[in-house]
Amino acid sequence: MGAPAVKIAVCIKRTPDSESRFRIASSGVAIDEAGLKFDIDDFAGYAVEAALQINEKGGGGETVVVAVGPDSVQESLRKAMSMGADRAVQLKVDSVPADGLAVAKALAAELKDGGYDLILFGKHAFDTSAGVVGTATAELLGLPCVTAVSQLDVASGRGSARRELEGAAELVEFPLPAVVTIDEGVARPRYPSLKGIMAAKKKPLESKPAQLGAVRVSVQKAELPPERPAGRIIGEGASAVPELVRLLQSEAKVL
Amino acid sequence: MLDFYDIDSALSEEERAVRDSVRRFVDERVLPVIGDAYVQGRFPKELIPEMGELGVFGANLPEEYGCAGLNNVQYGLIMQELERGDSGVRSFASVQGALAMYPIYAFGSEAQKRRWLPPMAKGEVIGCFGLTEPDYGSNPSGMITMAREQSDGSWVLNGSKMWITNGSTANIAIVWAKTNGDASDRSIRGFIVPTDSAGFKAKDQKGKLSLRASDTSELSFQDVRLEADAILPGSGGLKSPLMCLTQARYGISWGALGAAMACFEEALEYSKTRVMFDRPIGGYQIQQVRLAEMLTEIVKGQLVSLHLGRLKDAGTFTPQQVSLAKRNNVNIATEIAREARRLLGANGILAEYGAMRHMANLESVYTYEGTHDVHSLILGQAVTGLNAFK
Repeated sequence: MGAPAVKIAVCIKRTPDSESRFRIASSGVAIDEAGLKFDIDDFAGYAVEAALQINEKGGGGETVVVAVGPDSVQESLRKAMSMGADRAVQLKVDSVPADGLAVAKALAAELKDGGYDLILFGKHAFDTSAGVVGTATAELLGLPCVTAVSQLDVASGRGSARRELEGAAELVEFPLPAVVTIDEGVARPRYPSLKGIMAAKKKPLESKPAQLGAVRVSVQKAELPPERPAGRIIGEGASAVPELVRLLQSEAKVL
Repeated sequence: MLDFYDIDSALSEEERAVRDSVRRFVDERVLPVIGDAYVQGRFPKELIPEMGELGVFGANLPEEYGCAGLNNVQYGLIMQELERGDSGVRSFASVQGALAMYPIYAFGSEAQKRRWLPPMAKGEVIGCFGLTEPDYGSNPSGMITMAREQSDGSWVLNGSKMWITNGSTANIAIVWAKTNGDASDRSIRGFIVPTDSAGFKAKDQKGKLSLRASDTSELSFQDVRLEADAILPGSGGLKSPLMCLTQARYGISWGALGAAMACFEEALEYSKTRVMFDRPIGGYQIQQVRLAEMLTEIVKGQLVSLHLGRLKDAGTFTPQQVSLAKRNNVNIATEIAREARRLLGANGILAEYGAMRHMANLESVYTYEGTHDVHSLILGQAVTGLNAFK
């Protein structure tokens, strides 16, 4: 029994911890990376976990993690291998461009002859929230694409997925090969075991120049959200309620 | 976790990866349950398989015996993170790794290593370490537990041990005993004693106000028969168990920092959110002095342990250097836990917060594995050449 072996590519992105305190860099077009802690983006982490579970259930297959990025991305690739991925590919750039299509072209060039049954992405990355790269890669490869999947299964050359909608869910089926972008519903990413961390050092990590597409989108200015104005204490106890209701109606206009 | 001195930059990627994995395990699995476990006075046994899968048991022993093959800095960081959860949880791992697996690794036969180490690394076989006796704590050379070799090569063990962590959970006990009627400490040998042997009893020690999330037992052996292959062939003299203690004390020097870090983080957070006289108490000079003292001592301790780990990996560290680190780091941790508890005011006495639990735990850590005072005398002897024990 068990599904046939599946070859899976998981495309990951390295992003800063979302709970960091951000500052704008002196360039004015990016955040200042000094002192930030970086890791595999949350949704990409779920995608790694989904791939590992599919291959564990199938009892074989191969999981390859791929990332476009500078050398610092190797740490994230090794982390994915410490979780259990078999090997890694870095598509090297000095910095990741803001144009998702340019990144997708680099990934498609790498993946098109790889013989992958399944190509997974996070549904979007925390640092840009663009969600372009997964779908654009599918388009470039001419593959079916299912986005924001909370549950994923593979059997007999077909995939099935669950997508959470507002107040409902849908179940979709599709032939392999396919591109799937992963939402957080799939199992939480495992902790890399200590043996896994040591084993990752010995797994192959290939680094080659990224064949980026033309970069046509760029960030002109980055700014932090405005400071939230300080709260105001209307009064204390029941006697303050009428004034509070009045302000919520007339000033905040939420009632 | 505040890294004020950028000590992360002195760690390798694999060292940070190990720390981060264990940190996440402690955050997600230990911290949510430890307050209740402590109040109930139980070790959270349900965590053992997960700790085994993660690989924390005997993590610095070689991969060929099913262990993770980590360096000693990685091992220390594991201890730090576990004790950030609770000293009892770290103690469990210390005993399993440094006091039960290590002697099998260091003094055991190849057959003993292959039989016991892989299941112990997975947490399927739990070990404890029997050295201390009711009347021989700081002075283990006075022990009266005795093993006598029989004509067929088997052994008969008699005696008792006290303050044995994991004693009633364990499947095997590493018992240190004098042999064949020889009262000198040169006759001390180590034995692997299955805890289901006839004549072996483990009794929980009740009424502890410290290390409540940890099993502590009294062991007694009445004519316990052991096969010839129970003895650790490479063990000989008091030096053997002391070598185990050096391993464990090294881990404790890191572990105590974990408890101190937990207390500092809790106190820092509290000081920024607790408002008294219309502003956060962290704005008052007295709390800032407290926090500055805590921070300074933690940074100093981290640098001591990190350097000690590098010396251990280089193979040049001495037991006296371990004494300095254990003595200092546990001592500062006890002070930091107490100051954190005070900063938290009345909330500081609740199990909902960690400070008082750590404070009470650390009194045991201060006392076990060589008391603070004994380590002072070891250091005194190291620098003067004069022995104050006798």
